[in-house]
Amino acid sequence: MAKITFITSDNETITLEGTSGSVMELAVNNNVKGIDGDCGGVCSCATCHVHVAPEDFAKTGGPEELENDMLEFDDLTNEYSRLSCQLQISEALDGIVLKVAK
Amino acid sequence: MLETANQICVVIGASHAGVNFAFNLRKEGWQGAIILYDVDPNTPYHRPPLSKSYIVNGDLNSNLLKPLESYQKENITLELGKKVTSINRALKTISIENETDQKYDKLVIATGAIALIPQINGIKEATNLFAMRTAADAIAIKNAIDTSSEKRVVIIGGGYIGLETAASLKKIGAKVIVLERESRVLERVTAPLMSEYFMDLHQENGVKILIKKNVISIKNEGSFNTVFCDDNTYFEADIVIVGVGIRVNAELAKNADLEIENGIKVNQFAQTNDKNIYAIGDCTLHYNPHYDKFIRLESVQNAVDQSKVAAASICGKNLIYDTIPWFWSDQYDVKLQMVGLSNGYNEVLLRKEATENTSFSVWYFKNEELLAVDAINNGKAYVLGTRFIKGKQKINKSKLVDVSIPMKPTSFL
Ligand SMILES: Cc1cc2nc3c(=O)[nH]c(=O)nc-3n(C[C@H](O)[C@H](O)[C@H](O)COP(=O)(O)OP(=O)(O)OC[C@H]3O[C@@H](n4cnc5c(N)ncnc54)[C@H](O)[C@@H]3O)c2cc1C
Ligand code: FES
Repeated sequence: MAKITFITSDNETITLEGTSGSVMELAVNNNVKGIDGDCGGVCSCATCHVHVAPEDFAKTGGPEELENDMLEFDDLTNEYSRLSCQLQISEALDGIVLKVAK
Repeated sequence: MLETANQICVVIGASHAGVNFAFNLRKEGWQGAIILYDVDPNTPYHRPPLSKSYIVNGDLNSNLLKPLESYQKENITLELGKKVTSINRALKTISIENETDQKYDKLVIATGAIALIPQINGIKEATNLFAMRTAADAIAIKNAIDTSSEKRVVIIGGGYIGLETAASLKKIGAKVIVLERESRVLERVTAPLMSEYFMDLHQENGVKILIKKNVISIKNEGSFNTVFCDDNTYFEADIVIVGVGIRVNAELAKNADLEIENGIKVNQFAQTNDKNIYAIGDCTLHYNPHYDKFIRLESVQNAVDQSKVAAASICGKNLIYDTIPWFWSDQYDVKLQMVGLSNGYNEVLLRKEATENTSFSVWYFKNEELLAVDAINNGKAYVLGTRFIKGKQKINKSKLVDVSIPMKPTSFL
């Protein structure tokens, strides 16, 4: 199980617990504002973009190639950007803080 | 804020468009009832995985648009397994099969489309013949494959649904032949070089694609069927899948005298010619400001974006529908991402990345205007293409095809 905290663009803080699936699914299932997951998690829509808190970035690691391609030219991208559909929930993510990019 | 607490918003169709609409309507501040009807008894699910990962993994539950609890939490009523049979605009009610009529203040039609089953001799008698549109279709196909010893599959139609299904079935051990009537696959939506690429991709993976194959009859032979084409060729199939296109579910709207024209006609707010009735998703013919024309789209993007526009409009905000269409398809390990509408192009440029042999992009122009981009394993081209199309950016074509110039936002100006 992992506790994951989302901070939305309205500065709302939402902490959720997940056991499986992707971080995007966890957010969509709990209506976290700004994470839409339109493509269902296949790395095609970038509506699940988050900025990982710098101190947690080691826990998620950086994006794979296709994800990186999707992010590279996005105006909202920074060095801590990830598509949350590509983050699989596991103990390793416990305690991380994600800022919703939109 | 509008006074909505005592109002009822009814949605017909609980799929990508209808479900997203319901949640967006709550987000926009609607306080009244929201009731979603669908004939499909399953908890609303994503359709794209049906022809892709579902066939391989077989887990529908990981595929829900929203978990059941979310509907309760947002106080959205799901009426599944219920068919809406008519709309009475004068009384502002809808009729539901075997149920009492339901009143509405606002009505949203999100009835989408159904798979087209062509009138081919013998098609009704064929066994193990399926379309690929609903969860039930995908489950039936998977079961048929799992229980068939020979697993010979004939897919009629070489569009996205047919090709994706072919790739997925191949992965689980079926012998697959795709029969395409036209002289190339994906003819309606891509340039010849893309068709060629996908033909080759499938052949390399052991799926046979045959073009100029017009199926004229199917004969059931007990446990299998024989599929006959008009050039006197025929193919034996334990399972036949029909992927020849869709028919829009517009009867309800038509019978209610709403304006119809290759789909339910809506304005930029997704509103029909009745101000209390909206229509969203695959079933609509809507205006696209960027391309300055009325179009009908079959895509998740369109369903989701129109759902936002309709929800905003009903809650008194003026959000207009103005998006560049986008679409994706996954086959084998290839990801295709498309953005824009290529109709009317007069030039196609291919850019093959120097550093990678599996990655390229196809750029469609009408004179100097970039209309659309198809990207194969190339998210960068897709993202940049989107930006260029949106901004009506003029592209330096010779730089675009020069792969010694790396792909960057400013590379092709
Ligand atoms: C196998 C498959 C793969 C796809 N892959 C992709 C993809 O990769 N990318 C992409 O962008 N798009 C893809 N699509 C298209 C995408 O799924 C559709 O564009 C999307 O589902 C449209 O949503 P919708 O809500 O408008 O209509 P639909 O999904 O068609 O839903 C309409 C709903 O209305 C219900 N309904 C209709 N009439 C009635 C009635 N009278 N009473 C009650 N209920 C009714 C139906 O049961 C249905 O559930 C795919 C589609 C399929 C079938
Ligand atoms: S959900 Fe579409 S890219 Fe993550």
